[in-house]
Order: sequence, then C-alpha cells, then structure tokens
Amino acid sequence: MDLNGLTLTEAKEGLLSKQFSSSELTKACLKRIKATDEKLHAFVTLTEAHALEDARHADELLSEGQDLPLLGIPFVIKDNFSTKGIQTTASSNVLRGYIPPFDATVVAKLKAAGMVMLGKTNMDAFAHGSSTETSDFGTTKNPWNTEFLPGGSSGGTAASVAADQTIAGIGSETAGSIRQPAGWCGIVGLKPTYGRVSRYGVVTMASSTDSPGPMTKRVEDSALVLNVLAGKDPHDGTSSPKPTKDYAANLKKSIKGKKIGISSKYLEGVEGDVVKAFNEAKKTFEKLGATVVDIASLGVDILDPKYSIGVYTILQRAEVSSNLARFDGIRFGQTRDAFGEEAKRRIMLGTYTLSAGYYDAYYKKALKVRTIIVSEFHKMFEKVDAFIAPTSPSTALPLGSSKNHPMFGEMADVLVEPSSIAGLPGINVPAGFSSKNLPIGLQIMGPQFAEDIILNLAHEFETNTEWHLQKPQL
Amino acid sequence: MAPAKTTAMKYTPVIGLEVHVELKTMSKMFCRCSADYFGKEPNTHTCPVCLGLPGALPVANAKAIEWCIMIALSLNCEINLLSKFDRKNYFYPDLAKGYQISQYDLPFGKNGSIELKSGKKIRIRRVHMEEDTAKLTHGQLGDQNSELSAKGGSAPSGKSQNNEKVSLIDFNRSGVPLVEIVTEPDFSEAGEVKEYLQKLQQIVRYLDVSNADMEKGDMRLEPNISLQVTRNTPHEGKNVSPVTSHELPSYKVEVKNINSFRFVEKAINFEVKRQEDILEKGQSPVQETRGWSEIKNQTVSQRLKEEANDYRYFPEPDIPPIRHTKEQISTLLSRMPELPDAKYSRFLREFSLNDYDTEILTREKSLADFFEEAVRVGKDHSVTPKQIANTLINKKVDPSSSEPASIVKQIVQSGQVTSIKEEELEKIVTDVLESNQKAVGDYKSGKETAIMFLVGQVMRQFTTKIDASVVKETIKRRLS
Repeated sequence: MDLNGLTLTEAKEGLLSKQFSSSELTKACLKRIKATDEKLHAFVTLTEAHALEDARHADELLSEGQDLPLLGIPFVIKDNFSTKGIQTTASSNVLRGYIPPFDATVVAKLKAAGMVMLGKTNMDAFAHGSSTETSDFGTTKNPWNTEFLPGGSSGGTAASVAADQTIAGIGSETAGSIRQPAGWCGIVGLKPTYGRVSRYGVVTMASSTDSPGPMTKRVEDSALVLNVLAGKDPHDGTSSPKPTKDYAANLKKSIKGKKIGISSKYLEGVEGDVVKAFNEAKKTFEKLGATVVDIASLGVDILDPKYSIGVYTILQRAEVSSNLARFDGIRFGQTRDAFGEEAKRRIMLGTYTLSAGYYDAYYKKALKVRTIIVSEFHKMFEKVDAFIAPTSPSTALPLGSSKNHPMFGEMADVLVEPSSIAGLPGINVPAGFSSKNLPIGLQIMGPQFAEDIILNLAHEFETNTEWHLQKPQL
Repeated sequence: MAPAKTTAMKYTPVIGLEVHVELKTMSKMFCRCSADYFGKEPNTHTCPVCLGLPGALPVANAKAIEWCIMIALSLNCEINLLSKFDRKNYFYPDLAKGYQISQYDLPFGKNGSIELKSGKKIRIRRVHMEEDTAKLTHGQLGDQNSELSAKGGSAPSGKSQNNEKVSLIDFNRSGVPLVEIVTEPDFSEAGEVKEYLQKLQQIVRYLDVSNADMEKGDMRLEPNISLQVTRNTPHEGKNVSPVTSHELPSYKVEVKNINSFRFVEKAINFEVKRQEDILEKGQSPVQETRGWSEIKNQTVSQRLKEEANDYRYFPEPDIPPIRHTKEQISTLLSRMPELPDAKYSRFLREFSLNDYDTEILTREKSLADFFEEAVRVGKDHSVTPKQIANTLINKKVDPSSSEPASIVKQIVQSGQVTSIKEEELEKIVTDVLESNQKAVGDYKSGKETAIMFLVGQVMRQFTTKIDASVVKETIKRRLS
C-alpha cells in the first residue's frame, strides 16, 4: 500500500520506527492529491511548498528523537479555520484573497503538535449547507462515486480523507457538518461536546453550536487528534474549563453491560438500506455484550427530531445574520453582493426573526424548545450510556440535489440536529454500504463531555466490523 | 438662557440623560490590546478581536465588569446577580463586527438613584457595560488644516492624489470599555443636569475607574428633552414631582454625543426654547435625534423617528452569562473607597469645617486625602484642621506638587498661627460681638468694612498672633 493510505496510528508508528520519513509520507499524499483532485475537487488551496517545508522540519525533529503527538503527520484543514499567512475563504467569494494574520487555536495546537498541513479543503460557503454545492469554488465529489455528493459542510475534508489524499483531516460541525459528510464518505467523524474544542479563529457560522473536530480513517485516530485539540482556550469564553481526558486510553475497554438507547423516532423516513445497516449495528453491539434498548420502554420520551429543524433553523439563521454583518464591503475587498444565494437567504431569514415584533414568536420560542431538547437528552442519559441512530436518513445523494432545495441541509441533517442543538458529542462510524455501493453511517451520541464513552463504543464497533477496511476506487 | 416667564408657567421640561463613561482599564473590553488609545499612532492598538476579523472571539474583561458594578453600587443600584451581554446589530463603518456588544435586558445595575443638593432624587434606570467603536476621520488628504495632514504619513497615500476626499478608520478605540448610565426623565432644568454630571464625574474619579476627562471624550453626554404641558391648577410649577410614565409627553428629542457640561446646558436651554416656540404655535415637536453644533450654537436635526434603528438585540452567544454571588457583591462594596457624599458628611462632622470649605476639600479625592494627611501631621504641631483647610484653600495648594508635612511646617513657621482652641475663639468672638453692637449693626445693614473692626477687636484679645482669616470666617458665620 502507498504511504498515503495509512491511518494516523500506522503513520505515527512508521515515522517513529523510521520506516519512512515525513517527507516521503507528505510526498505520497501530494502525489495522490495531484492524481485525484481534478476529479474530486476537495481543495480550495493546496499548500505544497509549506507542506514540504513542514515535513523537512518534522524529519529533523524526528531524527532528534522528539516525540510530539502528531509530528510529521499530513493533515487537511477545512477552509473556515484561520491559517496565518494562508488564504482562508470559507469557500465564499466574500473572503476570496483574505489572508488571516493569525492561526485558529485548533490550527495552532496542531502545528504545536507537529502536523504537516497539506492544504485547505472545500466546504459549503460559510458552512451553509450539507453538500458543498453552495461553495463559490465548485462542488466536491464523493470518492465512492463522483456522480454523488460528499455531504457537507465539511465535504472537502471528508472526501480527501476517504480518498487517501491525506492521513487525517479537520472539520467543523454546527449541526451535522462533520458527521453527515463522514457518513456519506465512509470515514470516522467526531463532533465533540460544544466547548470541548476552541472555536477561536474558525470563521463563525452559528456561535452557539459550532464545534471543530477530527475526521479520520479510524476511531483511534480521532481519539489521538482530540487529545491534541481538547481543552480550555483563554481566547474562547465558551470553551469549557472541565479537565480533559486521555481519549485514547479506554478505547479497547470492554463494552459489556453498557446500555445503548435507540428510538423509533430516529428511523422514520429513513431509507431501507440504512435501516437494515442500523439493525445490523444493533446486533453487533448486542454481540459485544451491550444492551440495546428502545428508550420509550424506559419511560423516556423525546421530541421527534423534525422539531429540531425548526429550532435549529431559527437560532442558526439569527446568529448567521449577525455573524456575517462584519463583511460589510469596507475591509474584506468584496461587497455584500458577493454573498451566494444561500447566505443571502439565511441573512434575510435571521434578520427577520430577530426584528422587533418577531423576536418573541421566533427566536425566544426556539430558545425555549432548545431548553426542552437539552433537558430531554439529560433525562435520557440518566438511563442509558449512549444513544445510537443512523447518521443520515439516506446515503449520499446525486450531484445537484441541493439546488432549488433551500432546506436540503436541514433534511439531510435531521438526525444530528437534536444532539447538535443540545451541544452533545457524537461520532460517525462506517456501518455498511447501500445497494449502490455508497457508504452508510452510524452515529453514536453521548452525554456532555462523554467523548471517551462514545469513542470506546465506536472503537469496539469498528474492531468487530469490516466496513472501514473498504476503499473507494478512483 | 432661562425660559421666558410667560411660558415657564405652562411648560415643564422633562429631561433624561444617558452618559457614556470610558473606563481606564489597562486592556480593552474583549481583548488584551491596550485601552490607552488617546493620541496614539492609528491602528497600533489592534488585534483580530477588536478588528472584528473572522473567527476572532470576545473574552470579557473581568476588571471592567467589576468597575461597572462599582459605579452601579455607588449610584445605589440593585445588582443583577445573573447578567449577560447582548448584540446590538447595526451597520456603521466604525463598527468592526457589524454589531456592538452591549447589554439589553440584564444590565449589571438597575434602579438606583442619586441625590442633588436640593434633596431631589434623580432615579438611575440602568448601568450597563458595552464597547466603544472605532474612530472615523473624514477629510481631504491635501488639506493642511485637516487632522489628516498631521497623520498624513500613515494614510494610504501611495496612490492618493492631493485633495482626495477620504474617510479613515482608526481601530485603536474599537473595544475600549464603556459604561452607560441612564437616568429616568427626572430633571426639569439644565442646572440640575449639570449638577448631576458633576457628581457623576466626581464619583467615577473617586472610584478611580475613569479619568472622566471631557476633552479626551471620556464622558459623552446625551440628554433627551421634551416639554410637558402642565395642568392649569393653583399648585402648578411649585412642586413638580418626578413625572410618571403615563404623564410623559408623546415625543422625545435626543441630543447625541455632547462632550462638555457647558454644551449640555446650552443644548438643553436651546431645546426648551425651541420646543416652547413650536408648542406655542399649537404644533407638536417631532420625535428625532439632534446634534449640538458648536458653530451654530444650536441643536440640529440628525435623524427622525421613522429612520430609527431596529437593533435586533439577542444574547451574545460568544460570551457565557455572568453570575455573581451576593457575597462577591458585598466584598466589592466593602473594598470601595469612601464616596464624595460620605466624605463630605464625615469632614463636616469630624473636622468641624463649614460647608464651603468641605465642598472644596472633597471635590477631588487627591485634595481630600492630602488634607487628611496634613491634619494627622498637624495634630503633633497643634495645627488645627481649620488652619490647614484655610491654607489649602487660600493658597490653592496643588496636592500633586507638595507634601502634607511641608504645608504643616509652613503654617507653623509663618508664625501667623498659634494653636487656638476653637472654643476659645468662639468665646472671645461672642464677647466681642456683644460689646460692639454698633459695628455688628453696621455690618448687618450692609457695611462690609465693619467686619474688619470686629476682627481687630478679637485679635487684640490674643497675646499671640493669630490667623485673621480664621477670625473673619468665624465672625461671618456667626453674623450670617
């Protein structure tokens, strides 16, 4: 196998045991990118020269015996993370040519941990969408079938990781933007608890739900990256002071006796292939000694996930309308005409719901329903250790599906939105393939700051299935 | 300029006030940039946060919040133990993020009051925390008189032609902490507003949280003025209690961003007259925002009600709500310095000074502290507080350039003093006044010079030389 096909854990071992150098690893990735990216279009900006320089530096440190957690490991970063000296567009024309004078905290931490950055990946413009079709720089294609969408908004990172263009990647999720593209591209995507990973320097979408996280080939890889990213950031007042854990420490722990909740409300309107894979997944967990139980039988009632669409739409549009106000045409080169259709729609809707006379009917009401959703999850997690569901109602949809469907993203993300609104952690793991040979994702959600629990469940599921071993043919 | 007599009977001004006070914290409200922006090279005190760059996040300055609460406490406010920041959304080139971080429904302080000399209470509606905007400069690059030419080097002059019209933005002020203090519409004339402002300025200086330097824009004043047509009853105009909301006039004229107490007075008096004239014609003044023009010496219309902003306030999602405990607030209260009113009463009581002396000595904390230190030193040299007060006031001693001990030394050396006991002086004055009824009568009927005769008579009773001004003050007080 080519070096670029390695998982993070394998690459780290290879580098430490000097089987290959970071330069070789990085060159393998760059070669793969050149061979495949015309087809996939996962990148907005490729930083080849920087990457080779970083790799050379990493090799020096490696030869000195330095042991940084991600030393010499190639990464791709979603283009909404500010990167000092490197164009950061959030895939919007509004920010075309914008070069941040600072690194996002996530980027700074990855750099300090020794990563090699290959480039900045495509996404829905300002993360508005679940397809990458709202990107002003073209649509990314699904590596499993380039006639299909990769999902979004972190579609570029998902496609890049799935296509072995990189060892690992970084995405961000507001409601589904890590888990849904990870599901559609057949990789692991971890959305941490809101506040577990700093948002500083991430071009803001919805401040109250944005959560950066790893997108990787294996569960263990995500745990290793989270070890680097997690923690209080003095630059982000919403980051949590709660102590972090060693997220890789308990991955292999037996899950015997764990109680896993499910709900029929998360299966309504879900495609047959996806339901079938979900039922298989249940059996896998039971085989491993966990109890899978319908939460209704525990006397726990939860709102139909469809209600979270309304809540999320109101809150997120409101925050978007305010967060995008800074692009006023004075300092960032482009005027507000440069916003795409989706951003304009969101700005208008958000402005409307915050206006005098409408605030109580929309924003305030949405906040109240959010409180209900939070407390429902809280009650549920008093009875179960984790909650599983399909990540998306469908597998990847064909190119063009999001056009003329303003609520496309919300429908595609209906099963991840409740936990996003509640700020809970969730992880996507590959759980099967559809009749069209497109990946199916399973998501495991847990209570606040229980990343260790869902990583443990995900790892045990992964170890006892083989879906993750399949590779797309490009 | 007082309102004309005929109309003063018919209209009562209803005036409220918003004051922005800039705090003198080391760093800005939401980032670590220096907040000391005045006169600094433009755009040198900036960072991603105060420039509003994508992804930069605000982190609230704990010291500024503490100081805001101290101001609220000193204005007798209730403190909201649960408070939060909100976004006030509007576009303006000086607003980096397209919204200002302010406070909407849960300000740090609410329902306070401040008492004027007359005993009238001015209610404080709220005291909240927010951030300042950047500073805009409009002008022509080639204009020698323009503020721009002095800083022309830093202007983007590479391609600029002479006389090109430009608007420049200096973000040094962006994000500097501001405390906004809003009163109820309890003022009924400009004099009350001025007294309130002086007290407020004195308080923030006592707290040492703002320089409150008008010339540097540390205090920005926004009166709102309307006229109430008073009912035609026999009591009218005599005892105007604070207006209740259902009695408020149907319009309100706001005058924005005035930077001197004198201009506030002028603006209010101008508005009262202007609105009276309109009402006299049977019309109603329009609700609008006006500005004070120093050149025209009048207020000028800036924005009508129809153009008023809908700020679309909503809770700032980047800053978690702020919780304080009652204990934290009482600790803060116990750490606060003695405030002007309290110091005033204590000086009267403790040092047996008169109102006039006390007023001057407590006007600024530095002088009050100087005085108290001098009294402590003076005790060992039999120098009385009154003697020290007289010296400080008469010689206009600058507390920043002299030492309390040296003032005491001066008093002692000047020989013009001997320690005279207050009671002894009082007794002699009583005797002298009794045995010089004619001079007393002369003085009381307006012959000011008669007092010097009485002073002489008193001083003759002492074997040592004593301070004539002290004697004069005492006699004056007794005869007033």
